Amino acid sequence: MQTELNTETIKQMKQRKWKRWNIHLFPIPALVIYGLFIVYPLLAALSYSFFDWKGIKRGAFIGFDNYKDLFTLEPFSSMFWNAFWHNVLYFIVQMVVQNGLAFLLAFIIYQKIRGAEFFKIAYFLPRLLSVIVVGFLWKLIFNPNFGALNVLLGKFGLESLQEAWLGNTKTALMAIILVNCWFGLGFSVLIFLAGFQSIPRELIEAAKLDGANGFKMLTKILLPLMVPSIMIITVLTFIQSFEAFELVYAMQGSQGEPYRSTDTLAVYFYRLAFGGSSGDSTAIGLGSALAVVLFIFISTFTAILLKMMKKKEIEM
Amino acid sequence: MKHTIWTRPIYYIIAFLFASISLYPIILMILSSFKPSAEIFMSPLAFPKSFSLDTYRNLLDQIPFMTYFYNSVFVSVVSVLLILITTSLAAFYIARYTFWWNNIMFFFFLMGMMIPIKLGIVPLFLLMKDLGLTNSLWSLIMMYTAQGIPLSILILTGFFRTMPVELEEAARIDGASDLRILWNVVLPLMRPALGTVMIINFISAWNDFFFPLIFISDEMKKTIPVGMMKLFGEYSADWGALFAGLTLSSLPMIILFFIASKQFMEGLTAGAVK
Repeated sequence: MQTELNTETIKQMKQRKWKRWNIHLFPIPALVIYGLFIVYPLLAALSYSFFDWKGIKRGAFIGFDNYKDLFTLEPFSSMFWNAFWHNVLYFIVQMVVQNGLAFLLAFIIYQKIRGAEFFKIAYFLPRLLSVIVVGFLWKLIFNPNFGALNVLLGKFGLESLQEAWLGNTKTALMAIILVNCWFGLGFSVLIFLAGFQSIPRELIEAAKLDGANGFKMLTKILLPLMVPSIMIITVLTFIQSFEAFELVYAMQGSQGEPYRSTDTLAVYFYRLAFGGSSGDSTAIGLGSALAVVLFIFISTFTAILLKMMKKKEIEM
Repeated sequence: MKHTIWTRPIYYIIAFLFASISLYPIILMILSSFKPSAEIFMSPLAFPKSFSLDTYRNLLDQIPFMTYFYNSVFVSVVSVLLILITTSLAAFYIARYTFWWNNIMFFFFLMGMMIPIKLGIVPLFLLMKDLGLTNSLWSLIMMYTAQGIPLSILILTGFFRTMPVELEEAARIDGASDLRILWNVVLPLMRPALGTVMIINFISAWNDFFFPLIFISDEMKKTIPVGMMKLFGEYSADWGALFAGLTLSSLPMIILFFIASKQFMEGLTAGAVK
């Protein structure tokens, strides 16, 4: 009897132990896939950047030479800075045009206008298209001869404004950035709207009683309370604008035509890693160094922005 | 808020102006897709003279659109399923057990949201080559699954933490295993969060163009977005077919959106607001 009970409890204990142990299998699939396809490639890119590459053959360890070349050797360094300032412009224009407008539109929808749901859907719809579709669609719209934009300008008697939008170094980059704003507007509207809607109504009522109106209400009451959503949008826009690749590639090719006036760091990186369309040789070492620089730049900036966001939240 | 008589009309004018800027290109795309190229060149803005489907017939003659479509569906559906399975297991583990490494694991996953993975594309390409996955749809499935894991874990873990544990405890006392508890007790309560995860990841997998551009060169393995590259590269003069291609590739997503617009909009912003 005694021994029988013992074996029974031991069996149970073993079972329980197995149960406790097998839960550790739960995170394994996610860890493996994430580790192999996200973490490993970034660490590998870091190591690649310290080697000399001949095509896809790894040569000798050369320390920081790739980084040095990237910033001092022509044409690499001027291509880097050319692309870098385009990314900066990308970020600034998106912040001002796309997010500024989105803030205004979210504010308008927040005023309980009729058809709010329709407006939300309308602004958001472009976000559902593939970026490549967006790029190709606008390429047709921007076409100098048959594109809808120039034809529309002609109809309004504005022939003087007609332009080879994507063929002119002065307008091409701006055209692409504005297309990106068209694509991203609705997302920002929704984030800002969620921000507005999370402001307690009592607070606004109280401010009204204290005599705050229109402009004062916006700057003194609403804006400070919107800081978290503004920060989120800033971080997302920053990451996205420094990763900008698809639209430029779809509309202007891997050379950032015309004359690299629409080149961005990610497109430049693509050229280094896979060679441009004109059959340039690949430069995996330099490409990896650029990837690491870009990665450090993006993550440092994001970390700083997130930290500022935390601080602001605590202050409030 | 204090209003003058013209505040509201101005609100409506601004709202309508930008609604039309948002919608017009999409409407133009759909209308143009019914026009033969000659008609587009003659009168780009006019309403189509007839809704003939010739442009679509041309399109299907020129590129294997149905193959692209099938590949896109397969890749998106399988990667969404894999994300749901792997991340609900991992998030359950992170949220419900209190091992000392759980927080570290959580942050390890979250890091992925800040990583621009495109920058790792060279090692990824070589890795896929070593695994024999180039020109295989599985290379895309693996990428979309991996890419979707961080945000999905964030959303699901957040949701798990808001759910009371009592139900699970009761099931545990009844002798149910952890897997059974997750499957029978927890997941049915998680439908909204799982829906969000599904929508976010489905859209990004369906619309992605970068990874197939790098990993796939076999015509029969292309997804719709890279298929469009071929169309625009080789038939760039046939605008009717181009617009038909753009419309056809966007239509599935637009239809899904109109079926569940609320869930779409909430889903896509959920990750950011969290």
